Amino acid sequence: MLSRNRAAYAFLAPYLLIFVTFWLWPIINSLLISFQNTRVNPWRFSLSANWGRLFVDPAFYNALYNTLIILVIQVPVMIALATVMAVLLNSPLLKARPLYRFAFFAPVVVGEVAYAAVFRLMFSADFGIINKLITSVGFSPVSWFDNANAAMALVIIAITWRWAGYNAIILLAGLQSIPDDVYEAATLDKVSKFQQFVHITLPLLKPIISFCVVLSVIGTMQLFTEPFLITNRGGPGGGTETLGLLLYRQGFTSLNFGYASAIAYTIAGLAVAISLLNLVLGKEKK
Amino acid sequence: MKSKSRSLLLQKIALHAALTPLAILWLFPLWMMFVFSTMPDHGIFSPEIVLWPSDEFAANFQNLQADTNFVRAMFISIIVAIVYTALSVMLTSMAGWALARYRFAGRSIVVAIILGTITLPFAVVVIPQFIMVAREFKLANTWIALIVPPLFNSLGVLFMRQAFSMMPGELFDAARVEGVREWRIFLHIALPLARPTMAALAIILFLASWNNYLWPLLINSRPNMMTAPVALGTLIGLTKVSWGGIMAGAVLLTAPVLVVFVFLQRHFIAGISAGAVK
Repeated sequence: MLSRNRAAYAFLAPYLLIFVTFWLWPIINSLLISFQNTRVNPWRFSLSANWGRLFVDPAFYNALYNTLIILVIQVPVMIALATVMAVLLNSPLLKARPLYRFAFFAPVVVGEVAYAAVFRLMFSADFGIINKLITSVGFSPVSWFDNANAAMALVIIAITWRWAGYNAIILLAGLQSIPDDVYEAATLDKVSKFQQFVHITLPLLKPIISFCVVLSVIGTMQLFTEPFLITNRGGPGGGTETLGLLLYRQGFTSLNFGYASAIAYTIAGLAVAISLLNLVLGKEKK
Repeated sequence: MKSKSRSLLLQKIALHAALTPLAILWLFPLWMMFVFSTMPDHGIFSPEIVLWPSDEFAANFQNLQADTNFVRAMFISIIVAIVYTALSVMLTSMAGWALARYRFAGRSIVVAIILGTITLPFAVVVIPQFIMVAREFKLANTWIALIVPPLFNSLGVLFMRQAFSMMPGELFDAARVEGVREWRIFLHIALPLARPTMAALAIILFLASWNNYLWPLLINSRPNMMTAPVALGTLIGLTKVSWGGIMAGAVLLTAPVLVVFVFLQRHFIAGISAGAVK
């Protein structure tokens, strides 16, 4: 038994080594750095340099506001859309199923940079295909990159395109785990398809939906690539700057590691808090 | 009976009428990526609406290669993704095996920690990781910096642990009675049985490495050690740059994984949905 214990530790050791070196220690270290003034040499303990600054920094409030706006609008829209996709894809009446699956699931494998590039080009103000299509049906073109609201909408559209299929995959797996006889009984009782969706599918799918919401919240809280590449470093004038982008700017443009660490902890704290809140709310309603 | 089959037909039509426009909308950016990659820059920025590919892909690729050494960047990305995937599958399988098949002191703590890190965003470790790897270990712009720090992966361990714990224990006990060593049991009995799970995990990990952007952007910023997404990213936003070239790069990044996706869709979907459904 003892030798088998030793075997277990041996199997676990390489993984734990990576974990301690590249996660556990950095998580602790990040907290320590957030209490250091990293703009002096050597670094000195300071409460006000980072945490004090965070609460009075308009750039932080702007990034927090933008991130929460994206969270509040994008996550529900995307999850609703993903649920519709999953339910329709799951219908036994559907023909050419592989084709539809490909259409919705393909964005999942497309890298952030590749899709950021194509969205930037498609939405380009002067000769972007989207504005060409908009003007061809008689509307005036949208300045996607100069108007803060339009830029925000663009970021939301892009993320929704990239991640709706990902969530639909998870939801579809959830749908397929619901036994058919539940629906058969309901159909015999002449319950309409829509009623079945509201009263059977949604309640049974709720734990999966809440899993999707948690994943999306974590992703949105550290959103970086889309505002960095599509709307040109959070433009116009910080209109799409997110917490993830502010972290990048403070950490790797200004090299102010202390302040960036305080932002990082705020991101993690909010992600964990919102995830827990979602789980608690999900449990209560049952 | 007649009205029933008619309502079924109506449902069928409604279903396809709802799904088809959505599917076309969803395919549109991918189609345009391909179309742009075959158009000369003056075509991309002309007032006409062009929805059909041209034949300038090779010229665009040459422009891309002139703007940044994309061939080298692709080579780095491929090697990194392969090595990363192999190492990560190995590490997570070993750890998953230990957690599934042995009772030892500290096991529940390890599982709790792994579960806990799932909700932690990468943002929380990126600053100290960068300081450690770049400044303390002086490993910026190396292969190790690209491959080793991202190796920690909590979902992979849980995925492998589940596969191993579903295997019948008698299989391994019988081998132990015969005196087979633990690492041989793992290597020759357990791993071959876990092959489908490993395949799904490997595909997801390969994709994650192939598309990884933030960490390679931070740690390998020297042009001759950039991965393909980072190299392509440096061009986006420049004023004098060939957009046809950027799109050719985007196609080269996307096409291989799309082809793999088409053929191994089942594994992809298994890997992605593993976290949610037990």
